Amino acid sequence: MFVLEVGSVLTIGLILAVVIVVAAMLIWVERRLLSFWQERLGPNRVGWFGLLQVVADMIKIFTKEDWIPPFADRFSFVIAPAIIMSVVLLSFAVIPFAPNIGVVDSNVGVLFILAMASLGAYSVMLGGLSSDNKYALLGSLRAAAQMVSYEVFMGISLLGVVALSGSFNLRVIVEAQADGWYVIPQFAGFVIFLIAGIAESHRLPFDIPEAEQEICSGYHTEYSGMKFGMFFVAEYIGLVLVSSLITVLFFGGWLGPSFLPPIIWFAIKSSMFIAFFILLRAAIPRPRYDQLMNYGWLFLLPVSLLNLLVTGAIILSTQ
Amino acid sequence: MQVAQQAAPVAIQNPQLLARLRQDLGDRLLAEQQTCDGIPTLWVDRVHLKDLLRTLKDDSSPRFEMLFDVTAIDERLRTHRQGQPASEFTVVYHLMSFSGNCDFRIKVPLQDADLSLPSVIELWSSANWYERETWDMFGIKFEGHPNLTRIVLPPTWKGHALRKEHPARATEMEPFSLDDEQTAIEQEALLFKPEDWGMQRKSDTSEFMFLNLGPNHPSVHGAFRIALQLDGEIVVDSVPDIGYHHRGAEKMGERQSWHTFIPYTDRIDYLGGVMNNLPYVMAVEQMAGIIVPPRAQTIRVMLAEMFRLCSHLLFYGTFAQDVGQLSPIFYMFVERERIFNIIESICGARMHPGWFRIGGVAQDLPNGWETRIKELLDFMPERLDDYDGMVLNNGILKRRTQGIGVYNTEQAFDWGVTGAGLRATGLEWDFRKQRPYSGYENFDFDVPIAVNGDCYDRCAIRVEEMRQSLRIIKQCMDNMPGGHYKSDHPLTTPPRREKTLQDIETLINHFLSVSWGPVIPPSEATVAIEATKGINSYYLVSDGSTNSYRTRIRTPSFAHLQMIPAISNGFMVADLVAIIASIDFVMADVDR
Repeated sequence: MFVLEVGSVLTIGLILAVVIVVAAMLIWVERRLLSFWQERLGPNRVGWFGLLQVVADMIKIFTKEDWIPPFADRFSFVIAPAIIMSVVLLSFAVIPFAPNIGVVDSNVGVLFILAMASLGAYSVMLGGLSSDNKYALLGSLRAAAQMVSYEVFMGISLLGVVALSGSFNLRVIVEAQADGWYVIPQFAGFVIFLIAGIAESHRLPFDIPEAEQEICSGYHTEYSGMKFGMFFVAEYIGLVLVSSLITVLFFGGWLGPSFLPPIIWFAIKSSMFIAFFILLRAAIPRPRYDQLMNYGWLFLLPVSLLNLLVTGAIILSTQ
Repeated sequence: MQVAQQAAPVAIQNPQLLARLRQDLGDRLLAEQQTCDGIPTLWVDRVHLKDLLRTLKDDSSPRFEMLFDVTAIDERLRTHRQGQPASEFTVVYHLMSFSGNCDFRIKVPLQDADLSLPSVIELWSSANWYERETWDMFGIKFEGHPNLTRIVLPPTWKGHALRKEHPARATEMEPFSLDDEQTAIEQEALLFKPEDWGMQRKSDTSEFMFLNLGPNHPSVHGAFRIALQLDGEIVVDSVPDIGYHHRGAEKMGERQSWHTFIPYTDRIDYLGGVMNNLPYVMAVEQMAGIIVPPRAQTIRVMLAEMFRLCSHLLFYGTFAQDVGQLSPIFYMFVERERIFNIIESICGARMHPGWFRIGGVAQDLPNGWETRIKELLDFMPERLDDYDGMVLNNGILKRRTQGIGVYNTEQAFDWGVTGAGLRATGLEWDFRKQRPYSGYENFDFDVPIAVNGDCYDRCAIRVEEMRQSLRIIKQCMDNMPGGHYKSDHPLTTPPRREKTLQDIETLINHFLSVSWGPVIPPSEATVAIEATKGINSYYLVSDGSTNSYRTRIRTPSFAHLQMIPAISNGFMVADLVAIIASIDFVMADVDR
């Protein structure tokens, strides 16, 4: 029960703790990295290099008044942030961090992740609708359209990997990459998954549901205190999740030369993608809502279908 | 105190046109007024106003394409009105010709008992807000105006603020109180009724959503509100609502002395700093007949161009930010900070130095001023090239801004658009080139233009203008003339140090110019400049006193905001944000 193996209480507890702490630390990391790239300092006052800023923020956000607007629909208003928080955390259940670290060894891991991503859309929709605020409504409209569309391309872009490895099990997918990472045969799939992943976690340049300059904060305009905090932290957990998934699906997960333990390889690879996402946020402007939709349906969808077709053809011809 | 000699009369513009009009109008012409700015000024009765304006707009040579300004003067307390027809309220129309590069002023006399005249909206769309403002401030009715309601003051305001009987300070009024009844009235006035804004609640196919963008919203650049009628995310109709930043700057101009109004002008376009001082002090100098020494002129140009850089940098950063790019604004602020440091070392203040004086500037340049400017000139061009790569050449930004918010030169004239917004339509017209002031004729610089008239072009022009400003600053640095930083004229305020404390005469002069302030001879003058956001002009009326009788501040942003519905209806909310960003306005400049 208290050994480090897949499914033990110790492992589950550790994963939960580490994921949440990492996500919270990411707030600080992102702020420091952004300011580093933007010729400023960022939070550097609290603790060593401002590391305790996260603690200060958390204390602030926990002690804030937990306010529900009188015009909001109470039940869905409260449940919305809880949904997003639980679905992103649940998604981590199937992530294979290392041969001996993980929550479950599921043979439908990929499908589970996609299912959780679809549920995430409800949170954003409910949050916006229940707020009874026009900006929130616009935000949740945009979010619903964006998430539902990008799930399609996300799913199709993964199928190439599934076809190559012959399994929905993420552990099998990692082990199948011992001879070579899937990023090479599945480069198109990787790029589409990356784009869809950003869209799913709605970060800049795909932060259209919460585009501050247009619709204030979009679907979470009316949220404050810890409910807002949950949306906020869930976004960072989502970022970790997408980075972990890219590592697992396309970059060989924990696989790497043996001078470092597998979990470290996993962490290094994931951190690279996290940093990439932050850099992307610093660099790129936001497309318009309809441009994003057109881009998805008219470009990403054909390309991902073509990718699947070609992968299938190659597999068939080499069998 | 020494009495100022009258200003040398400036040659009147367009004598041929004036002679023809004199003939055509015959006895319909009430009077012809001499003003010291050389702008032909004709008085006509209100019944002939529209015909005259139509003639000037359509069949005169040159044609006057733009209604530059409409305002009024409360003449009831004015002295020194020699040669002017009897009038209690005078409505002033200022026309501008771009083809002929000249102005025209028409005045219409009105009596307090019958304050009405025809609206000219059918001639120029821009007349709409100008007439509303004149009604708001003076209570003058414009017959045929579709929506003659308050524009800058709240709908519940009592009285008309620029009438002379209206107090200028809160301390001259009853103490403010808000009882329950009054609160209810104010609340009622705030209720949004789409019909009052000329909007329908539903069409045959859909029910519209009304979105209140502002007065507090991340992308409206200040306290500005647009009521939107949305069909999904498509803007069906939009109505700008201004006045949240109104401080009564024109009223203050009539209250302060000529000298003590200078710092208020800094805050009109609060990103333009001392560039706001320039049209004001030049107008006063024109009335006083002060010739500004070349050194002072060059210092003024140098600082004005530095503020142009600052303002354009802020525009550039916020423009990128409003289309969703996070980083550029931070880089631009670094640059802006450098320029502010230089400005601070010269003027002693950063954003609002209030540093120009009647007759020159406050102080001479400090020792070693060239060093820091040289650093800036070495540093900036490379950074501007970097920004091109980051912002202007970015594919997403191009797709967000090209073909959005397009208008052509004709529309720009119709709406009173000036500055970069006008040059983006392909018209090469820059005040600094066409009518050089403060020694701009001595500088070698180009006027960038673009042809598409969309959001992207308006940004690209300002970026190129920054490069030109750097050229001008370099030329200022290389060729800074010697001599005095202030004129020797007795109305220069305050006099130069060595012109004070010599004998009883200089002592009294100094004392009076500091305690009373200078007495400017009775006259009228309009002086316009190419400000950061377009053409900014000050129309000053003096009746020979220590303060202005009428200060009219015509700002570019006021006209530009009025155009928003015309160019953004039919686009999406995100496009509207890009359009707003591309206009480059600050609300203090709109509301004054």
